[in-house]
Amino acid sequence: MSGSAISDLILSVDGVTIDYSGFKALDGFSMRLNRGETRVVIGPNGAGKSTLCDTIIGRVRPSTGRVIFKGEEIHRLPEQAIVARGICRKFQAPGVLPTLSVRDNLALAARRDRRWWKSLGTGIPADERAAVDEALESVGLTHRATVEAGTLAHGEKQWLEIAMVMATGAELLLLDEPTAGMGPAETSRTAELILGLGHSRTVLVIDHDMSFVEQLAAPVTVMHQGKFLKQGSVAEVRADPEVAAVYLGHTA
Amino acid sequence: MPDLSRLSPLKPVLPWLLLALGIAAPFALSSYDLNLLARFMAMGILALGLVLIWGHGGILSLGQGVFFGLGGYAIALHMKLADLPAGELPDFMVWSGRESLPFWWTPFASPAFTLAAIILVPTLAGALFAWAVFHRRVGGTYFALITQALSLAFATLIISRQDVTGGFNGLTDFYSIFGVGLTSPGTGSMLYWITLAILCGAFVALRWLLASRFGILLRAARDGENRVRFLGYNPTPFKVAAFAIAAMLAGIGGALFTLHAGVVSPALIGVVPSIEMVVWVAIGGRYSLAGAIVGALLVNLARDAVSSAFPELWLYLMGALFIFVVTLLPRGLAGIAKGKAA
Ligand SMILES: Nc1ncnc2c1ncn2[C@@H]1O[C@H](COP(=O)(O)OP(=O)(O)OP(=O)(O)O)[C@@H](O)[C@H]1O
Ligand SMILES: [Mg+2]
Repeated sequence: MSGSAISDLILSVDGVTIDYSGFKALDGFSMRLNRGETRVVIGPNGAGKSTLCDTIIGRVRPSTGRVIFKGEEIHRLPEQAIVARGICRKFQAPGVLPTLSVRDNLALAARRDRRWWKSLGTGIPADERAAVDEALESVGLTHRATVEAGTLAHGEKQWLEIAMVMATGAELLLLDEPTAGMGPAETSRTAELILGLGHSRTVLVIDHDMSFVEQLAAPVTVMHQGKFLKQGSVAEVRADPEVAAVYLGHTA
Repeated sequence: MPDLSRLSPLKPVLPWLLLALGIAAPFALSSYDLNLLARFMAMGILALGLVLIWGHGGILSLGQGVFFGLGGYAIALHMKLADLPAGELPDFMVWSGRESLPFWWTPFASPAFTLAAIILVPTLAGALFAWAVFHRRVGGTYFALITQALSLAFATLIISRQDVTGGFNGLTDFYSIFGVGLTSPGTGSMLYWITLAILCGAFVALRWLLASRFGILLRAARDGENRVRFLGYNPTPFKVAAFAIAAMLAGIGGALFTLHAGVVSPALIGVVPSIEMVVWVAIGGRYSLAGAIVGALLVNLARDAVSSAFPELWLYLMGALFIFVVTLLPRGLAGIAKGKAA
């Protein structure tokens, strides 16, 4: 992933400001992601990490700046058009659909034709069915496929949502705190899941758990008060006095 | 809570038993009772639509009376014109000094136009209204309030245009439908069977729809509209389509009701009747198609019994029943039958 030629660039967040009536959750923030890269974003509570995801998927609209995905400006597109370009996001609070079965949750995500009149049927194409089975397998929920997603344990819900995001086939995955509420064993498993993607997808991971970040062994971007603060390897970021002062100093 | 799940061996035969009873009803009931049952079944058709939008779509509509009324008035216009000697005006128009038929009455002389209008007018009105509201991402309580305002506006409009709508008294005194005398022998049974067939058809169609991917997505959008949106779906057309279907069923129900009751008036379609429609479904069970039909039948049966003896009591009783069901039995009677109250 060295030598980032222009053609490797998949996402570019360019001087974005998100203004909540005077309060800038993102303040001229910029960041670039290369195709196939895994990037971790850390920062104290309220640093603007979730807002960054919100901006990329079109939940909030920047007052200044641009978001460019695969060479196309996407920050004015409707949400479903952004997803159709190949971006999907896991929410910070698990966003599984509680009254649907685990399988139906995944089938909804794996569906390629999302127009309403194409939903008037019960059959699922073989490739989508296979994608669902694979997704179930990958997060170890095969034996839970028929239960309502709302009855899953917290960690299982997180996995299900990660699997849903993966099943959409999106090229860029935004994972907002995928290990929140997980124990150490579950956290390791989540790291393996993300590492298992290899370089087939571009992944942006937000997390507070530094042991998880270490397992991912990916470059880290540090945010503070809506601004870029530092970037480097986990070790570099850990050793940085400025980062320690605003973030790691409090938690480590 | 009585546990009816012990009766489960009966379950596979129960629908067929009920259907057989339904078909045989004209041979067992007096024509008065049969007419009553047919009216309640017409309301059951509307109730099915509420299961779709409220139970599975999370869209509470307090305006179903509007679509019920559109269907009801469409057939009423036709019957008024059909019974009219050529060149004459309906009596209420004459009384209010009109000299000619309003232009929008004339096409209702045609049976084909009328049938099309019964289906298309409520459907399109429902689709347009729902689109206007949902594409602005208005939902929940606001949506319910807007539908209530709609039913108030609709009833007010009808009352205020006495000369062309019959006003507060509505339209009544019908004698024939599509050339068949309403009081001729056999007509009552035939209209009852038609109503039963439409009710069954709507039931089967909605069962299929709710089990399809459309139904799954509707429930998904009810529980997590944002999750659905950020999986790449636009929830708006799904909700609009569901609302339009419910409006269509309300319109068909309204037309059949008008046929059986022999009257359509603002008092049957305004704010209070629209709320009552939601109450039938709340009591029967808003997630259950069968429950909604049972709710519509039972509540209207009870209303018939209570309101003739104590007219003022009915509203209070219904209100109390509604609060009881919503707070303690969110799945209604259908929940009891399934052995789970919550
Ligand atoms: N809709 C909103 N209106 C006003 N302020 C908001 C809104 N959403 C977020 N904020 C504010 O923007 C700032 C950034 O929020 P954000 O959720 O992006 O932080 P975060 O880095 O994800 O924090 P955490 O680690 O707690 O998840 C916070 O101060 C938050 O209070
Ligand atoms: Mg956050």
